Amino acid sequence: MNQSVYDIVTAIGKGETTARAVVAESLAAIAARDAQVRAFVCVDGEGALAAADEVDRRLAAGERVGPLAGVPVAIKDNICTLNLPTTCASRMLEDYTSPYEAGVVERLRSAGAIVVGKTNLDEFAMGSSNENSALFRTVNAWSPDRVAGGSSGGSAVAVAAGMVPCALGSDTGGSIRLPASFNGVVGLKPTYGRVSRYGLVAFGSSLDQIGPITRDARDAAIVLSVIAGDDARDSTNVRGRPFISGIADGETTPDPFSVGVASECFGEGLAGSVRASVEAGIGRLGELGAETVDIRLPHMEYAIACYYIIATAEASSNLARYDGVHYGHRTSRADDIFELYSHSRVEGFGAEVKRRIMLGTYVLSSGYYDAYYKKALQVRTLIRRDFEKAFEKVDVIASPVAPTTAFRVGEKTDDPLAMYLADVYTTSANLAGLPAISIPCGFDEDGMPIGLQLMGRWFEEDRLLAIAHRFLEGTDYNRLSPLCNPAR
Amino acid sequence: MYSEKDITHRLIVGFEIHVQLATRTKLFCGCAVEFGAPPNSRTCPVCLGLPGALPVMNRRAFEFSVDTGLALNCAINRLSKWDRKSYYYPDLPKNYQTSQYDLPVACDGFFEFNANGQPRRISILRAHLEEDAGKNIHDTPGCTLVDLNRTGTPLLEIVTLPEIESADDAYAFCTELQRLVTYLGVSHGNMQMGQMRFEPNINVEINAGGETFRTPISEIKNLNSFRSVRGAIEYEYQRQIQDWLADNDYVINDRPNENRGWDDDRGVTVFQRGKEAAHDYRYFPEPDLVPATTEEAWLETRRAKLPMAPLKRRAELVNNLGLNPDDAAVIVSDRATADLFDAAVEAGASPKTLGKHFVNLWAKLAADRDARVCDLGISADRIAELANMVDQDSVSATSAVKVAGAMLDSPDSPMKLAESMGLRAVLDTGETQAWIEQAFAANEQAVRDAAGNPKKAKAAAGFLRGQVMKISAGKANPKLVGALIEARLREQSTQE
Ligand SMILES: [Zn+2]
Repeated sequence: MNQSVYDIVTAIGKGETTARAVVAESLAAIAARDAQVRAFVCVDGEGALAAADEVDRRLAAGERVGPLAGVPVAIKDNICTLNLPTTCASRMLEDYTSPYEAGVVERLRSAGAIVVGKTNLDEFAMGSSNENSALFRTVNAWSPDRVAGGSSGGSAVAVAAGMVPCALGSDTGGSIRLPASFNGVVGLKPTYGRVSRYGLVAFGSSLDQIGPITRDARDAAIVLSVIAGDDARDSTNVRGRPFISGIADGETTPDPFSVGVASECFGEGLAGSVRASVEAGIGRLGELGAETVDIRLPHMEYAIACYYIIATAEASSNLARYDGVHYGHRTSRADDIFELYSHSRVEGFGAEVKRRIMLGTYVLSSGYYDAYYKKALQVRTLIRRDFEKAFEKVDVIASPVAPTTAFRVGEKTDDPLAMYLADVYTTSANLAGLPAISIPCGFDEDGMPIGLQLMGRWFEEDRLLAIAHRFLEGTDYNRLSPLCNPAR
Repeated sequence: MYSEKDITHRLIVGFEIHVQLATRTKLFCGCAVEFGAPPNSRTCPVCLGLPGALPVMNRRAFEFSVDTGLALNCAINRLSKWDRKSYYYPDLPKNYQTSQYDLPVACDGFFEFNANGQPRRISILRAHLEEDAGKNIHDTPGCTLVDLNRTGTPLLEIVTLPEIESADDAYAFCTELQRLVTYLGVSHGNMQMGQMRFEPNINVEINAGGETFRTPISEIKNLNSFRSVRGAIEYEYQRQIQDWLADNDYVINDRPNENRGWDDDRGVTVFQRGKEAAHDYRYFPEPDLVPATTEEAWLETRRAKLPMAPLKRRAELVNNLGLNPDDAAVIVSDRATADLFDAAVEAGASPKTLGKHFVNLWAKLAADRDARVCDLGISADRIAELANMVDQDSVSATSAVKVAGAMLDSPDSPMKLAESMGLRAVLDTGETQAWIEQAFAANEQAVRDAAGNPKKAKAAAGFLRGQVMKISAGKANPKLVGALIEARLREQSTQE
């Protein structure tokens, strides 16, 4: 389907189409294309159509409908939904269905959005390619031998391949932005605390944030305005900061702004084509009236190390609950409680999850805590201070999203460290809690999409989105993937 | 080798106490805290530790903890932080306990109590909030069932320094602490229901041959009666001395510290496990909760609202109202009863008479009903009226007991009840004189002794007074009876 969220809402509002027709089109696109990319873990055609009919009934009856009435949406499968399983793409939760629904899903449904299915991810959101899913591998919407990116690969591919106009992802160290850049779509990681985490299966609790993946910035603003807001069930949710978007209401011109460019983000390991496109993108921001300012982010080089200590430490604790006792996978070969724990976890978790649990357990262990975890917390503070300083001078900071475009399937699966470096530009926004957006800014020599990252001040998503909106206007960087081309 | 007469020794005891806070709901979710509900019926995604569920701090539990910290003379941390304590156990669904590690609610306080009439004081190291675990049930052979109703119940863990030197002091400390938390209203303090669990850590300092030795520390887990606290400490004191006498290497650092349990039937502690190495709980800051902050002004309002501590209240009854210390202790044993006493004093009765009534009369009636005085449902005004009736000789002390019993079943005033029961004291000289004549006639030997035998006179006169009271069925006024008997005996001796 070609329509954006905005198009769909407008058309349904004017009575030019129905929710059922839109949802049916989405389901048809999934039926036609998902076999090639495998973005969906499950699709709920029947439920989606029934929900669409309810929207149409309300519209016909003149009842109030929400701002996303009739819009098909896909949900990353680490966000809890009633009725549909929540697997986290893990053997551990293969048969698990949540008895309650995440705050964001409640908000989407009450805004009239139609959940069409759940999307694939790296197991428990741990990965940068989607190759760590225990269920199956989602591949790139632009080339089946390239990775989808991770961990929200299924959501990014579902949008890029025109199966849904928007999807939710979660971002712990780049998990929304990286797959968005690999698939040529817009991915927004909101400010930490902007969106409720209630019902998001935790990976790194102090870093996790749910955000939208869409085709353009206006859609991201529309979806964010629905999912952001107060939720008393999440203590880290910042109250009294609803997101009210200017561009969603047609206000599209950002105030004059300055863009910070840090040399730390353009060093070794950055692919030439990515560098060229990102620099061109920064040039384009200049044409839009931005002043470019050189800034320093001196602690950026420690971000990856810091991130992998904090994220794995939290993960080792967050994933302790999957022990085969109360729910989830339970081994059939245990003679005592210790074996029940160890066999269930050995069988239920994949290699990358185990690696991170071990890393995290190690850095929290007595004798190592001070050298690793405590030091990482100190570095985290320094990284945050770098940004505070930078944002005294500039309004946004521009960088690549990833050092390369989507790499080949299997290329990095044997080298976890190389895989971790895919997050080199994205993790610092999570460590600092900043909002950051991935915007398509071109293609490499193989025609693979490239992403430009803009980071903003805390709670200044509106500025990021307004700039992104202007940036994309008049370009075709965010065109649908060739998969949608009937001639293919 | 040393023998018992070669050594001197000193007991060293510190405490960890878990106090279940009297909140309506759990520490991090809205589930009811309820004892005895069907298994797993008081649970939700949060306390079940389901994927994606998040904790939200119960403000009331935090306030209760602050109140307790203030009453224990602690410093309240401006910022108190949550930490995760990791260990695997089936009754702990997240496999970590949310607790407080380096920034507890309260720290560095002290607590005063009396032991055998002597003032004592113990240092409080810290008091921190944490969630309770569920229960593993091993009733069915070959299978363990888990009940998570208790999971997430708020507990305040109070840790003292090892400053207690006798089992009696330990007993007195525990009872006074229980009284304090019930006074504050922060806990029901019911020991049978596990709402207060005492864990003493015990060792002995032994001096022998000019050297000082310390036995390994044993921690006695989950004691839930004051009697068992005393028993366990007395037993451990002797056991550790004997173990050291048998093996002089039984000293701290050479031998592991121990966890032991208390066998109530046999009156012994039982070895559970040695603590070879400290378990690595991998504490780290809980990222799902924000630190709780306190402001000085808010602390002041809480401090101002704290009730007077029972120890202080008892001292005031003794010093200001002239009660004896034992009676005062009975009256302040629970806050509502002490409040009732104060209200009765306020209503105009004599504190001393009220004191006697509370201890000898109301307390007995309450004990018969397995209740506290405040639970009897008698208003302070009626309690005061009865005390005044005794002081004004309207009823005798004996009759007052009967009137009090009747007051439990009737809303009538005690005076009206005394009248209708025929217990209104008789101040009529003629009627009293008739009872005396009756008693004298029936007890001639006693009359002779009272009148003429200096050795037996006092006892005999007392006997005669008792006989008169008996004949009058308690209606006679003892003072009048005494005076009339004295006159009658004088008359008798002049006649002889
Ligand atoms: Zn609960």
